[in-house]
Amino acid sequence: MNPIHPLASLDPRAPLLSVEGLEVNFRTAEGTVKAVRGIDFELKPGEVLGIVGESGSGKSVTAMATMGLLPRSARVKGSVRFRGEELLHRREKQLMPFRGKAISMIFQDPMTSLNPVYSVGWQIVEAIQAHQDVSKEEALKIAIELLRKVGIPNPEDRVANYPHEFSGGMRQRVVIAIAIANDPEVILADEPTTALDVTVQAQVLEALRAALVSTHAALLLITHDLGVIAGIADRVLVMYAGRPVEIGTVDEIFYNPSMPYTLGLLGSLPRVDTDGTERLRPIPGSPPSMIGESKGCPFAPRCPLAADICREIEPELTQVSAATGHLAACHFAKEANDRGASLFAATSADIGTTAGVQHGGPPESGLAYGQGPDELRAPGPGNYVLAEGFSLAGPGGYETAAEEEDGTADTGSSDGKETTP
Amino acid sequence: MLSYLLRRLFASVIILILSSILVFTMVAFSGDPLASLRLNPKTPPSVYALRRAELHLNNPLPQRYWIWVTHAIRGDFGLTIGNQPVAPQLWSHLLVTFQMVIIATVIAIFVAIAVGVFSAIRQGRPFDSGAAFTNYLFISVPVFVLGLILKEFVAIPVNNAIGHTVIYTIGQQSSNLSGGFFERLPNYAGHTILPVLTLILVSYPSWAIYQRSSMLEALDSDYVRLARAKGLSPRRVLIRHTLRNALIPITTVIALDFAGVLGGAILVEEVFSWQGIGFWFLQGILVLDFNVVQAYLLVTAFFVVSFNFIADVLYGVLDPRIRYG
Amino acid sequence: MEYSIHEFAMAERRKILADTRSSKTGAAGENPKRRSRFSRLPRAGAETRHLGDEHGLSGEVKKQWQIVFGRFIRQPRAMVSLGIFALLGISSALAGVFWHYSYTDLTNQIATFGQGSPSLQHPFGVDPIGHDVFAQVMQGTKEDVQTALLVACISTLIGTTIGALAGYFRSWVDTVLMRFTDFILAVPLLAVLAVLGNLAAKQSGSWFWVAIIIGVLSWTYVARLVRADFLSLREREFVEAARAIGASNRRIIVRHLLPNALGPIIVNATLTVANAIILESTLSFLGLGIQPPDVSLGSLVAAGEGDATTFWWLFVFPASFIVLMILCVNFIGDGLREAFDPRRTRVRV
Repeated sequence: MNPIHPLASLDPRAPLLSVEGLEVNFRTAEGTVKAVRGIDFELKPGEVLGIVGESGSGKSVTAMATMGLLPRSARVKGSVRFRGEELLHRREKQLMPFRGKAISMIFQDPMTSLNPVYSVGWQIVEAIQAHQDVSKEEALKIAIELLRKVGIPNPEDRVANYPHEFSGGMRQRVVIAIAIANDPEVILADEPTTALDVTVQAQVLEALRAALVSTHAALLLITHDLGVIAGIADRVLVMYAGRPVEIGTVDEIFYNPSMPYTLGLLGSLPRVDTDGTERLRPIPGSPPSMIGESKGCPFAPRCPLAADICREIEPELTQVSAATGHLAACHFAKEANDRGASLFAATSADIGTTAGVQHGGPPESGLAYGQGPDELRAPGPGNYVLAEGFSLAGPGGYETAAEEEDGTADTGSSDGKETTP
Repeated sequence: MLSYLLRRLFASVIILILSSILVFTMVAFSGDPLASLRLNPKTPPSVYALRRAELHLNNPLPQRYWIWVTHAIRGDFGLTIGNQPVAPQLWSHLLVTFQMVIIATVIAIFVAIAVGVFSAIRQGRPFDSGAAFTNYLFISVPVFVLGLILKEFVAIPVNNAIGHTVIYTIGQQSSNLSGGFFERLPNYAGHTILPVLTLILVSYPSWAIYQRSSMLEALDSDYVRLARAKGLSPRRVLIRHTLRNALIPITTVIALDFAGVLGGAILVEEVFSWQGIGFWFLQGILVLDFNVVQAYLLVTAFFVVSFNFIADVLYGVLDPRIRYG
Repeated sequence: MEYSIHEFAMAERRKILADTRSSKTGAAGENPKRRSRFSRLPRAGAETRHLGDEHGLSGEVKKQWQIVFGRFIRQPRAMVSLGIFALLGISSALAGVFWHYSYTDLTNQIATFGQGSPSLQHPFGVDPIGHDVFAQVMQGTKEDVQTALLVACISTLIGTTIGALAGYFRSWVDTVLMRFTDFILAVPLLAVLAVLGNLAAKQSGSWFWVAIIIGVLSWTYVARLVRADFLSLREREFVEAARAIGASNRRIIVRHLLPNALGPIIVNATLTVANAIILESTLSFLGLGIQPPDVSLGSLVAAGEGDATTFWWLFVFPASFIVLMILCVNFIGDGLREAFDPRRTRVRV
C-alpha cells in the first residue's frame, strides 16, 4: 500500500489544512506583482500533496503565506485554515502555538536556514522547548534521538557541532529534525532537495519519508521536480503563473494530464521506460511577467493548442472526469488529454512510446486520494525518480560539481567528519 | 581559535611597525624643527649645532628611526623643542582625551544599535524615515561645524536662560576647582557634555545605518524565517536570532572606525579647547615639534591596531565559523 | 529561446550558488550583501531578474544602464539634490562673472556692532575687514567643489586599481596590498592629513595640492569594496567562460569584472565627494588646508567662529553651505545606490 503512511487510508476525515481563494500581491516599484492569484486546496491527515511549477509560479509564496512568513510588503487575501481555525492575518504571537507544533516547515536552502552562530543541538532544543515543557537535558536527549531518526551518524557527538561543520545534505536533515521535533500534523516542505547534490537528494527524501512515518504528518511538498513528486506524493497540484492549472491524483496527473502545461512538464522529463531514442521536448517560451493585469490564459503564448478564446478568457478549473477530483484549467482539456505527449512533439519524430504508456496507464477506476496500488506505481511514475537522476547528471553535472566544491570550501573539515562514523 | 588569534596578533605587530616607519619618515620630511632657532640671528651657530646633535638630526634617517623607536618602546619619546620630555605630556593629554572618547563611544554604540534595530523592525514607518533623515543630517555635518553650533547656539542660550553657566564651552574643567569628587562632578559634567555629545552625534549615524542594514539582512534571512516557523516568541526571534547575528558585522565596523573617532576628537578638542592629545598634537604640528607629532601618531596607531585586534577576537567569540575555522 | 524544466532547475541552482558564495565573503566580515532567495521573489519581473544576476553580460549592459538611469530619475530626493548641487557648482563657478564683487574686493562697508548684516547689496553681509561674504562663500564653494571632485577621481582610481588587483590575483598580491591599506588605516586619516597639509600649506596653499594629498590617502574604503566585489565576481561562470576561451587577465579584469563592479564604485565615488568636502573644510578650518588669499568654506567658518553670536552671518552662511553640499551629495549617492540595486541597503565596511 501507500509506502509512506499507514494511517492515510484509514481515516479520510475532515481536512487538516484548507486553503481557499488565496491571493498574494506584492507592491513593488515596477508595479503590483500578483504572485498568487487564487488557489484552493485541502490537505487531509496523512496525505502527501505535491505542488509543482516553474520558478515564480507562486508555489513558495503559497507555503510562506500558509505559515504567515511573508514579508510585510505582501498583501494576502483569502483563507488558510488549520482544523477550521483561520491562520491568515494573525499576529506573530497568535501564530506561535501553530508554528512548529501544528504545522512545521522545511526550507529550500539548508546552507542558510540554520542559524550559523548556534550549535545544531541548541537549535533543536530551542524548537522542542518552544512547545514542550521539558528540561534542557531531556530536550537534548530528544534532540539526539531526532538526529538519529533523520539519519545523522554519531548524533551524540554531532549534536554539539555548528551548522558550518555539516554538509548541505546533513544540514537539511537537521532542518527536518527540527520540523518533526514536536510531532506536527502538517509539514510544509519548500523545495527541500532543490539545493542539494543529486546523490544527496535521494538520501534527504528518504529522511523525509522516515520523518513522515514517525510523525504520521501530512506533507505539502513544493517542488519543480516531477521526479520527486512521483516518488512520494498522493495528489499533485500543478501551478502556473500564480494559479493552479491542474489538480489530481499522482496517477491522473502522470498518466492522464489534461492541461497542456502539465503535458509540457512531463514531456521535458527524460524517462527510463522508453527505448532511449526519444528526445526531450521542452516547452517553448518563458513564464509570463507577474506584474499588472493580464487577459486570457497565461499559458496561451506558449501553448500549441491556443486559440482565440484562450487569449480572451482565462479558463476556470473544471472537472476532467465526473468520477474523480481531477480538475484542469483549460478550454481544450479534452483535446490536450487526447493528444497527450504529441502536443509538444513538433521537433520530435518518435512519439509512439510515451503515448502508448499514457493510454495504457491505469483506468480512472475510483482511485481515492492517497491510494495508489503498488503494482501500478512501480512501472509508472516511480521511474521518474531514477530518470531524474539521469537528467541532472547530464546537463547539471557541472553545477553539482561546483556546489560540492563550494560546500567543502565553506567548512574545510565537514567532509571528513561526515564520513567518519 | 588560537592560531587565528596568533595570526591576527602577528599581522597587528607588522602593521604597527610599518606604520611607525611611515610616520617617522613623513614627519622627518615635513620640515626643520629647529627652523626658528636657525633663523634667529642671535643664536650662536654652536648652540644650533648642539641642539641638532641632541635631536640626532645629523644622523642618517634609518639610524634616527632606530634610536627613536627603541626609545619609544621603553616609553621614552624624546624631548620637545622646548627641551621638555614628551612622555609625561603625552600620558596626561591622552588621559583627558580618553575620558571623553570612551564615554562618547560607549554611548554612541548603544544609540546606534538601538536606532538601527528599531529602524529595521519599523522599516518604512515614521520612526524609520525620521531616523534615516537624522542620520543623513548628522553624517553631513562636519565635526567642527556641529561643535560650533552646539557651543554658540545651544550652550550659550541655555546658560543665558538659566542665568548661570551650566554647560561649559571651554576646557575640560574649571581651573579654580576645589572640594571633593562629588562637589567637582557637576563641573566635570558641564565641561564634558558638549564634547561628548558632539562626538556621539558624528559617530553614531553611520553605525546606525550599518546596524539597520545588517538587521534587515538578518530579518530577511532563512534562519530567522526558520526560527519564526519553529513557533518561538517574537521577542526571542528578535533577540536571540536576529540581533545576535546582526551584531557580528557591526563590531568590525566600530573597531575600524576608532581611528575616525580619534580624528574627530582632534576637532572636538580644538573647538572646545580641551587639553587633550589632539589639541596637543595640533600645537605640535604648527611649531613642527616632531617628537610630539611622532609620539601622537605612534600612540594612536597603537590604539587603533589594538582595537582592531580586539575586534578580531570579538568576531571570533561571536561567530563560531571563525572560532573553529 | 527555449526553456525546459531542467534549465529552470539549473538557473535556480546557479542563483543559490551565487548566493552561498557571496554569503561566504560575508562570513569573512567583508560584505554582508547576500540577497536571500525570498527577497528576490516579489521582484520576479523579467527586468529585475536580469539586473540582479549578471550572467548575461554582453547584450544586457546597455539595457541595465537604461534601467539604472530610469530608477535614478524617479527618485525625487536624489533629483532635487542633484539639482541643488549642480546649481551650487555652476553658480559658484560663474560667480566671478555675474556677481558685482570679487571675493578679494574690499567694500565700503564693514561688520561692526549693528552693521554689516545681510542686505540687498550684500545678501550674506560683510566681514569685519569689508569683504562681501556672498562672494567669499561662492569662491569657497567653488574651491570645495573642485577639490572634492578631484579627490573623488584620484581616490577612486587608486582604490579601484588596488582593490581589483588584490581581489583578482589573491594570494600574495592580496596580502601585500591589503596589509598596505590596513596600515594606512592605522593612523587617524585626519592626523596624517594635518601633518601633510601643514607641509603643503608651507609650499603652496592651493586647492590642487590639498586635493592630491586627500586623494592619495582616502582610497582605502574603495579598495576594500572593490576587492570584496572582485573576490565574489571572479568565481562566477562568465569569468570561467572568458578564461576558458583564453582571455588575458587584463581583459578579464577590464572587460568582464570591472563593468560588473561599476555600480558600487560609482556610488562610493559619490560618497567620497561628500567625505572630501568634510576633510577639506576640516583641514582649512584648522588652518592646514587652503591658505589665504584663497578661501574655502572651512577657513570662512574658522574666521567667523569667534564672532558667531554677534556677526552670525559670518558663521551661518559658510557653515550651512558646507552642510547643504554634503547633504546633497549623500542623497545623490543614496539615490544612485537605490538605482543600481534596489534591494541592497547601504553598507559601510
